Amino acid sequence: MIVASRPGQCVLGAAALGIATMPLWASAWHMQLVSAALVAALFALSLQVLVGATGLVSLAQAGFFGLGAYTVHLLGSPPVWITLPAAMLAAGVAALLIGPLALRTKGFFFLMTTLAFGQMLFFAFHDTPLGGGTDGLFIVRPSLGFTVSRAGRPAVFLLLNLGVLAIVYGGLCWLMSTMLGHALQGIRSNENRMAALGHNVQRLKLIAFVLAGALAGLAGHMSALTDAFVSPDLLGWHRSAEALLMILLGGIGALHGPILGAFALVAIQEAGSLLSDRPRLVEGVVFLAAVLFLRQGIAGWRLPWRTRP
Amino acid sequence: MLTGLIAQLLNGVQYGLLLFLISSGLTLIFGVMGVINLAHGSLFMIGAYLAFGVASLTGSLWLALPVAVLGGAVFGAVLERLLFRRFRTRAHLDQVLLTFALILLFEEGRSALAGNQFHSVPVPAVLDFSVPVIGGFGYSAYRLAVLAICLLVAAGLVWLIERTRIGSAIRAAAENTEMLNLLGFDAGRVHTLVFAGGTALAMLAGALAAPLQSVYPGMGDGFLILSFIVVVIGGLGSVAGAFWAALLVGLIDTLGKAYLPQAAGIAVCAMMAVVLLWRPTGLFSRT
Amino acid sequence: MRHVSRRAMLAGAALTAGLCRPAIAQGAPLKVGMMLPFSGTYAALGENIAAGFELLIAENDGKLGGRAVTLIRLDDESDPAKAPANVNRLTERDNVDVLLGTVHSGVVMALVQAAREKEIPLFIPNAGNVAATRDLCSPHVFRSSFSNWQPAYGMGRALAARGVKKAAWVTWDYAAGKESGEGFRDGLRDGGAEMTHLLTVPFPETNFQPVLAQISGLGVEAVGSFFAGGGAIQFVKDYAASGLRATIPLCGSGFLTEGVLKPQGAAAEGIQTALHYGDGLDNAKNVAFRTAFKAKTTRDADVYAVQGYDAGQMLAAGLTATKGDAAAAMAFAAAIRAARIDSPRGAFTLSASHNPIQTIWLREARDGQNKVIGIAAKDLADPGTGCKMAGA
Repeated sequence: MIVASRPGQCVLGAAALGIATMPLWASAWHMQLVSAALVAALFALSLQVLVGATGLVSLAQAGFFGLGAYTVHLLGSPPVWITLPAAMLAAGVAALLIGPLALRTKGFFFLMTTLAFGQMLFFAFHDTPLGGGTDGLFIVRPSLGFTVSRAGRPAVFLLLNLGVLAIVYGGLCWLMSTMLGHALQGIRSNENRMAALGHNVQRLKLIAFVLAGALAGLAGHMSALTDAFVSPDLLGWHRSAEALLMILLGGIGALHGPILGAFALVAIQEAGSLLSDRPRLVEGVVFLAAVLFLRQGIAGWRLPWRTRP
Repeated sequence: MLTGLIAQLLNGVQYGLLLFLISSGLTLIFGVMGVINLAHGSLFMIGAYLAFGVASLTGSLWLALPVAVLGGAVFGAVLERLLFRRFRTRAHLDQVLLTFALILLFEEGRSALAGNQFHSVPVPAVLDFSVPVIGGFGYSAYRLAVLAICLLVAAGLVWLIERTRIGSAIRAAAENTEMLNLLGFDAGRVHTLVFAGGTALAMLAGALAAPLQSVYPGMGDGFLILSFIVVVIGGLGSVAGAFWAALLVGLIDTLGKAYLPQAAGIAVCAMMAVVLLWRPTGLFSRT
Repeated sequence: MRHVSRRAMLAGAALTAGLCRPAIAQGAPLKVGMMLPFSGTYAALGENIAAGFELLIAENDGKLGGRAVTLIRLDDESDPAKAPANVNRLTERDNVDVLLGTVHSGVVMALVQAAREKEIPLFIPNAGNVAATRDLCSPHVFRSSFSNWQPAYGMGRALAARGVKKAAWVTWDYAAGKESGEGFRDGLRDGGAEMTHLLTVPFPETNFQPVLAQISGLGVEAVGSFFAGGGAIQFVKDYAASGLRATIPLCGSGFLTEGVLKPQGAAAEGIQTALHYGDGLDNAKNVAFRTAFKAKTTRDADVYAVQGYDAGQMLAAGLTATKGDAAAAMAFAAAIRAARIDSPRGAFTLSASHNPIQTIWLREARDGQNKVIGIAAKDLADPGTGCKMAGA
């Protein structure tokens, strides 16, 4: 897992600063758009813990995302210092229950098992009265501890989402430098070798699965907080595939890949809807081009005078 | 109650057999080429739209069936040569994204060519009557015909795989591509053949289903997840496994919808989880 | 940290307040954001709603209440997960003064939320969720269509009036299905009959065999149902193919046969449904409307076109009273509540919770048309249970 280089970190930091100052110069709409991209980035980053770091491709991630979002509603919107840990806990516990089962399988079977478990979570909210029905519903926003005027919301949620993403990204950067991080990356490159070296591979994978689930729950929580709207579609496997796409667009080998990918995807969708009557066609073509030609993702782009690693 | 149950079992079997047509292609493509095709549900949809097109132009659904099979074979061969061939050795993630892009492109293509309306495809006049089952409940003759056609295709497929030279090549490829070369087969041709065959089966299923469930955008989505479940339960690359798994899934899904509608979706997924815990590579896998 | 975000928030507040709601300069065009499905399953409905609305504006020479109207189209793709962002596109990016939308009952929730929070008037030209004019009613939310409860209630009343004592309701397991089931139940009950079974199919499943196989064993005299689009086509065909119609007649909320009679073909012939519109209504307004709609679009008008047109009439009533100021919320809402809308379906007024009080017609499918054959429920109002309208 490549953590961004020194200059790369500077660029990311500058971008974060730019976003943080948006309330001073940008319109509410642009702040909301960036807010959505930040939540998407958080979601994709949670999946990168599995995909990029550990080499596990999961399609259950949207299930944990939606579970985090629905937690806010199911708890009846208490203040945010309750909903935030509760969302992470709910998604983390779900991952802890599903993980040991799903991780018995490998490769293609793992992909399919996680698809089935993800869809089970989807059906639990889509087909039963648990989450308030197929149509979704809008929820009472949890209190943030201070009053937020309606007009101030885009700015507040922008900064909140930026803060959460920065903390999670920083935390994961640190994690990748620890023994655990190295062990996870070891599994990605050669699972058998790690087992031979005496690592408990299953337990390491489970740790990654639960951590990824809890972080997806956090992303879902931020989405519910920002939009005040939850619907079963948040849990569908299409959303998981979309997160995988962000990782691929941004770069599977880099920790900051998903962040770049999320912003790229939001930009592509927005440009598609502004420029064309068929935004999904634009999306499809871009995806196809990305998977055919952009093997290293955006993070793999190098200025022409620098050699590829 | 008993009448209801008999009718439900019949429904479950018919639904399961249709599911088999879709998943047999999927399982062969996985088994032989190692490619995950999320766009397989879209191929089913394309088959249904093709049937709608042919049926409304010529007035005959019977003509639509061979057209779907031949069209599917050609379309599948082209897709394999142009795209899937390059992705055989790529990571699963890349395959997921390639086929996700194809879903978007197929949906948009369908929207541009055929619009977004629902279309109904009439049942062929010869079969437009009900066969009485016990106790006044009629069962559509067309459904029975679909049941029979699916059984015929299944039998033909098993014969092809188990008894013919090309079948042994496919079985060999499912085990190991190297072996193909040792046996003197051109691996590339076998792959094209398998992908073309899988596409033809999915499009045939779509054409058969068109009069049963109407033709509409995204109609293959529900089948996609179910057929993946079938493939996993049956074991990768096993046509016989796909057959029994499809019947099982069809029955559980149908009975679930009839008697416990809120849990039907969960039940099928849960069954797959249980099977995988018991046999992590599927019920009929050889390993 | 909190200090920073608060300051930033205040700055943001000042900025958004300036951008979000520009002072109404008289003469500046009124922006109407039309958030409708222009792609996907409901695209045809979205197009007809838009065309009906545009027809009304064209009839008024492009002006309502003396103010020019600009229309902004946005395709909502009938995707609830994208709805909050799509609503923001209209309210924040395009700064619309009025919202019109939509068909999908999940997507409309995001619109209702925006209307309530941002106090932008919203006209709902289709989605029938009862909540929008019950617990979630608002002075800023108006509906020109129906509540899911209404047509099904009419059907229940009509069945009871014919002497049916026991009936079942078959529908998709989602809000619109269940709410219409409640209407059917209430209609039967008020007519002295009973809804004995509610059968559901997971949405949007079109494999109806499991549910059809149960019907003959229920001991009911009639089956009512709510399905729309492809589900409606398939259900009516499968019902006919199962041979049930000989013993247990099928009826339903009008959407069962609305816009889908052609593909349903002979299977639909003779099916009775109840809706607030139908073919063969001979009032002068309807005749004129159908002629004008056909001339404008070359399509035949349908219930969706009427709902779009009437949304325009309601907006016009409000704007006329406030001289073009849609933000004068109280006067605007009061004028619309007081207005008598001269609709092609027959004139109607709005209830206290802003849902039409309208006649539900009994129709029968004959030769590809839903012919009005009588009245199922005259001047029917949705109960509006739980509506507490702040400041109205």
